Amino acid sequence: MKSLSLKQITVGLAVLVLLLIFPLVVTQIFPLQVMILVFMYAMLGVAWNIMGGYAGMFSFGQAAFFGIGAYTSSFLLMTFHVNPWIGLIAGGLVAALVAAAIGYPCSNLRGHYFAIASIAFAEIVRVHFNNWTLVNAAEGISLPMLDESFINFMFHNSKVPYYYIMLAFLILALVVCYFVATSKMGYYFRAIRESHDVAEVLGVNVVRYRLIAIMISAFLSAMAGTFYAQYVLYIDPESVMLLAISIQIVLLSMLGGAGSIMGPVIGAAVLIPIAEVTRVWLGHRGTGVDMLIYGFLITIISVYQPQGVWGLLSRIGNRIK
Amino acid sequence: MNKAICLDVKGMTKWFGGLAANQDIDFFIEEGEIVSIIGPNGAGKSTLFNCITGFYKPNSGKVSFFGRDIYRMRADKICKLGIARTFQVVQVISDMTVLENVVTGALLRFSRIGPATDKALEILAFTGLIDKKSLLGTELTIADKKRLEVSMALATQPRLLMLDESMAGLTPVELREIIALIKKIRGQGMTLVIVEHVMEAVMEISDRVVVLNSGKKIMEGAPKEVCSSPDVIQAYLGDKYRVVC
Amino acid sequence: MPEQLLQQIVNGLLIGFMYSLIAIGLTLIWGVMNIVNFAHGEFLMIGMFTSFWLFSVYGLDPLFSIPICFLLLFVMGMFIYRFIVSKVMKGPMLAQLVVTFGVSIFLSNLAVYLWTPDFRLIPPTILQGTWEFGELNLSIPKTVASIGSIITSVCLFLFLRKSKTGKAILATEMDREAALLMGINTERINSLSFGIGAALVGVAGAFLSTYYYIYPQVGGLFGLIAFSIVALGGFGSIEGAFIAGVLVGLAQTLGGFFFDPAYKYAIVFMIYLITIWIRPQGLLGW
Repeated sequence: MKSLSLKQITVGLAVLVLLLIFPLVVTQIFPLQVMILVFMYAMLGVAWNIMGGYAGMFSFGQAAFFGIGAYTSSFLLMTFHVNPWIGLIAGGLVAALVAAAIGYPCSNLRGHYFAIASIAFAEIVRVHFNNWTLVNAAEGISLPMLDESFINFMFHNSKVPYYYIMLAFLILALVVCYFVATSKMGYYFRAIRESHDVAEVLGVNVVRYRLIAIMISAFLSAMAGTFYAQYVLYIDPESVMLLAISIQIVLLSMLGGAGSIMGPVIGAAVLIPIAEVTRVWLGHRGTGVDMLIYGFLITIISVYQPQGVWGLLSRIGNRIK
Repeated sequence: MNKAICLDVKGMTKWFGGLAANQDIDFFIEEGEIVSIIGPNGAGKSTLFNCITGFYKPNSGKVSFFGRDIYRMRADKICKLGIARTFQVVQVISDMTVLENVVTGALLRFSRIGPATDKALEILAFTGLIDKKSLLGTELTIADKKRLEVSMALATQPRLLMLDESMAGLTPVELREIIALIKKIRGQGMTLVIVEHVMEAVMEISDRVVVLNSGKKIMEGAPKEVCSSPDVIQAYLGDKYRVVC
Repeated sequence: MPEQLLQQIVNGLLIGFMYSLIAIGLTLIWGVMNIVNFAHGEFLMIGMFTSFWLFSVYGLDPLFSIPICFLLLFVMGMFIYRFIVSKVMKGPMLAQLVVTFGVSIFLSNLAVYLWTPDFRLIPPTILQGTWEFGELNLSIPKTVASIGSIITSVCLFLFLRKSKTGKAILATEMDREAALLMGINTERINSLSFGIGAALVGVAGAFLSTYYYIYPQVGGLFGLIAFSIVALGGFGSIEGAFIAGVLVGLAQTLGGFFFDPAYKYAIVFMIYLITIWIRPQGLLGW
């Protein structure tokens, strides 16, 4: 991984400034909501990318960690009145522990087998939460209303604070990803992705590094989950642990370019607005047109541009050189 | 002069179902030697490598590396102790550049990217790949991939280098290049064990030769001794490589 | 109490034979070309809808739509292989995983678009009612479906072992390179296997439509369960998938009976995980 060029830093800062002033300029609710979702899914994509794009563990079960994060903080808030920020950290830790517990027996699994194991795991978690009375099972948890404040991680009058918080979370995730990618860990992850033999023969403890990748990924995903809970103020297994969410995360990462830091961000920036707009305009009558187009796009991209947008940009960039 | 025993293998046995791929194999390597392991296809040479380096779990036997017991040790731990190896089917990291590949190896001894990169560049200069440092793994020829694999192994700063059929599929020119490289590596004080079919090379570079057939060691000795032994010639009868003395 | 248990066992078998038929198509595809068909459940769904529409529009009894379902899904499978899947076979792993997801999303939402998400049911036709053996109830449509599944599986088995094409498929499954060296056109085999795999699950759909709700998302769960079955039976093993299907059906009903019915699918997924951890090659896999 090369370190950032001056050009990249300038572009990045410009985009950041634009994003920072966006809510001040655009005041309609819908675009703001879409941007918040873009940030959230981008963060989930970046988290997925660490274990999938870099370490080669293609998980189709990230929603489980997302949901565990949401549920941990919400449960702690509801039952023990624990501050949501502490709940955030707790959620991340719980998710990381669960990730390690399931990741360890799966240490030898790769490719299709790992993918299906992740689906199996996520579905087991969802079914469990759907029947677990401690967390209200299928009824879900309605978060208690706290006074509006940053400390309480709750805002009632406007969505703008949520926008900035989610943007900050996304930047945090990107920073983590950057450090991972440009460190020894990043090289080792990519070696593991190539083959366990290559990694081992270079002295890499494959099991340990796989677990590290999964745990970082789970922690970040859980953070996004807590955010979602504080944002929507209601969670249930069907809204935070759905397979469709997991698939969406993989798809947007692939669309943007798995294995690159900004890939999932690009993917989210493209896919989520399209999904939201078509959902509102075409999908509300349950015609499925939005998903139809979505499925079609995914198929085409897998066949013709599996490196995603980032891969396309890199190719163009190389040709210009 | 008494040299240290680098690798000591006793009674190595590995079964696959009903087949004894390695049966009670004994041999040792002195520090600084180049020992070749030869034998017809299916003799168990790669199995032996895999058993020693932790990629297979042998059924019984003892292996020690400079006196340290490494029997059934995990492969990455064995690498940390100082044994590096290449694979019969060459394995490099295809979507990394040549430099990044070697850096990955160097990271074992240098935790930070900067020093690891310096080491990697040093190694690439030594193995002659420095001009190709920005090429991707997928863009290399077979010969260069093998050279890269050796570079990656060297980056882990081993005391013993085990090469598994590095010369398969090379043109005569590439063959000369890799023989030169091996001699250069030995010149730095490395101990080498190589599995090889290319007899000309074996004769040229080996201090000793160990011959396997059907899972058993049938002979070992100086190259000339080995290739004039009737047992060895018989084992190779029908093999397309003629044993050249 | 024993009668209840016996009933659950019978139910488990009946569900199991259905699962078997769904799974053998998946394991064939997986074994031959090493690709997981995440759209497998959607092929089932299309088989079910085909049967439904033939009944609704032409009054054709589902049993007679079986050959049509077979042919339709066969052609569809080959088409999807030839124009979509074959193009990612040499591509990155992620693309291979995602492409059949794409097809799956496309097909299930195409069904929503064309036919609405409503649940439909084929009213009882030739097959209806239950046989009663003492305390045991045997649903006739389910029993006929199970028999049909067994017959279809046997036909597949014979085709693979006795016919030249079938043997070519088995050869490709066992060792692709060797098959190529023997002059077998492995691309054609891939295409054929995908088609047959789809056709088999299409037939399963026809049988299933005689007693199960028909709706666009029905494929999702069945597809996921099929993975567990294929893993348990051994990836690529037809006989394994058949036996595993029955076992999973039993595990589902008995698990629901002894533990909590709400967890019955979680149990099925546990089976996948445990199999893959303890005996990755499954019961009969290689």
